[in-house]
Amino acid sequence: MLYALCFLFFAVGLYGVLVKRNLIKIIISLTIMESAVNVFIVMVCYRKDAIAPILDKTIESQEFLAHAADPLPQALVLTAIVIGLGVTAMTVAIAMRLYERYGTYDIQEIKRLKG
Amino acid sequence: MANKGMTPIVKVISDWVKSFIMLFGIYIVLFGHLTPGGGFAGGVIIAMVYVLITLAHGKEEALRRMRMGVAAELDSVGALMFLIIALLGVSAGFGGRFFANYIHRLNPGKEFSLFSAGTIPLYNIAIALKVATSLFLVFILLVLLKVIHGPEGEA
Amino acid sequence: MLEFIGLLLLFMIVASIVAIETRDLLAAVISLTAVGFGVIIAFFYMRAPDVAVVPIVVEVLVLVILIRSTLRVGLKTFIGNRDLFGMIVTVAMLAVVFLAGIRVFSFFPTFGEPVITRIPDAPSRIYLENGLKDTGAANIVTAVLLDYRGYDTLGEATVLFTAVMGAIAVIRKKARKKPSEPEVPEWGE
Repeated sequence: MLYALCFLFFAVGLYGVLVKRNLIKIIISLTIMESAVNVFIVMVCYRKDAIAPILDKTIESQEFLAHAADPLPQALVLTAIVIGLGVTAMTVAIAMRLYERYGTYDIQEIKRLKG
Repeated sequence: MANKGMTPIVKVISDWVKSFIMLFGIYIVLFGHLTPGGGFAGGVIIAMVYVLITLAHGKEEALRRMRMGVAAELDSVGALMFLIIALLGVSAGFGGRFFANYIHRLNPGKEFSLFSAGTIPLYNIAIALKVATSLFLVFILLVLLKVIHGPEGEA
Repeated sequence: MLEFIGLLLLFMIVASIVAIETRDLLAAVISLTAVGFGVIIAFFYMRAPDVAVVPIVVEVLVLVILIRSTLRVGLKTFIGNRDLFGMIVTVAMLAVVFLAGIRVFSFFPTFGEPVITRIPDAPSRIYLENGLKDTGAANIVTAVLLDYRGYDTLGEATVLFTAVMGAIAVIRKKARKKPSEPEVPEWGE
């Protein structure tokens, strides 16, 4: 049920990419889709009554193993977030260049004016 | 973005605060193997110091503190450092595999201390250098780009 | 009665609908930041502090970059949706995919029981047991990211490098109509 809510969150972003005409709205929808995927991957590694997977001098080894959250998807999401930032910066640079060339952010106008 | 920056109150406070933010960013990078954080979070925090200088004083001040050519060189240095430390693990005297943690096998330090995890703090420093200079370059180029109204005839 | 994660997801869905549908570009960007903060609270609730520290600073940078893109344009430009037939077809296809997705997600394990609890020799369990001994790092997520799965970090550094090179290559275009007004300073300054 919670996974289905996360998928609905992703579908809202996908609707924004497919339906909107403003380039900045399309970039915002791409960021929403990427956040939805990150939340989904971290939801897979949640454990009931969990401890964060960071050792300390005061934690016993058995209790740590019995309660720690899964560290592997967390490591993969960490890199995905920084990559999302790089892709957002690149698409905003391309959008600003398009505005300078065609005078509008509207993709149907740009398709009409191309050439 | 305005050339002159913001009001004098913002300029004075940001001059005091930016050293602490830079120190905090370096702390998160260096202690990445003991506390949450690591190279990525610390690198973005160090880039945010230059964003703060740009917003408070204007882009000439930020370019005076770190020039674009220097940032590009540091970016490549970070990537090269990461690769060289990883490749040193391949040589047979050290461990025999790409990315082997050879410093930890040769002399393991005391656990939970700063010098304990072998090559991991060195990787953190390389990643932080790379991420910080890349994001600073993208931000300063987006600031310098002058968007002119209206369509152009040809590029 | 929904759990806390369900309420957070509902908040994020409402904020994202506001971000997409509103006419004001500044309000859309601020709603996007609200979605980002909901994501951060969700990460903290699911006991992943190492992951949660990164979007806090990334959100601020995305906010600054997106506002920069709307500065000279004007924040109130309103461009509508695509044509009505395309919009109805899109919504219908998304509804079909969503209903199929609900059926698929009913086969997933329940929320709160990851792989480690069910399979005795999953890789994550081996990383948790031997992490301190093999690498000497107390932070198991950093140990996974930089020692057990170092290749993925190398790939991430490459992708970030390429994305930033792409952004720089697009901005640095030198062919301008007015040679008297240089657009970016020369590279050596």
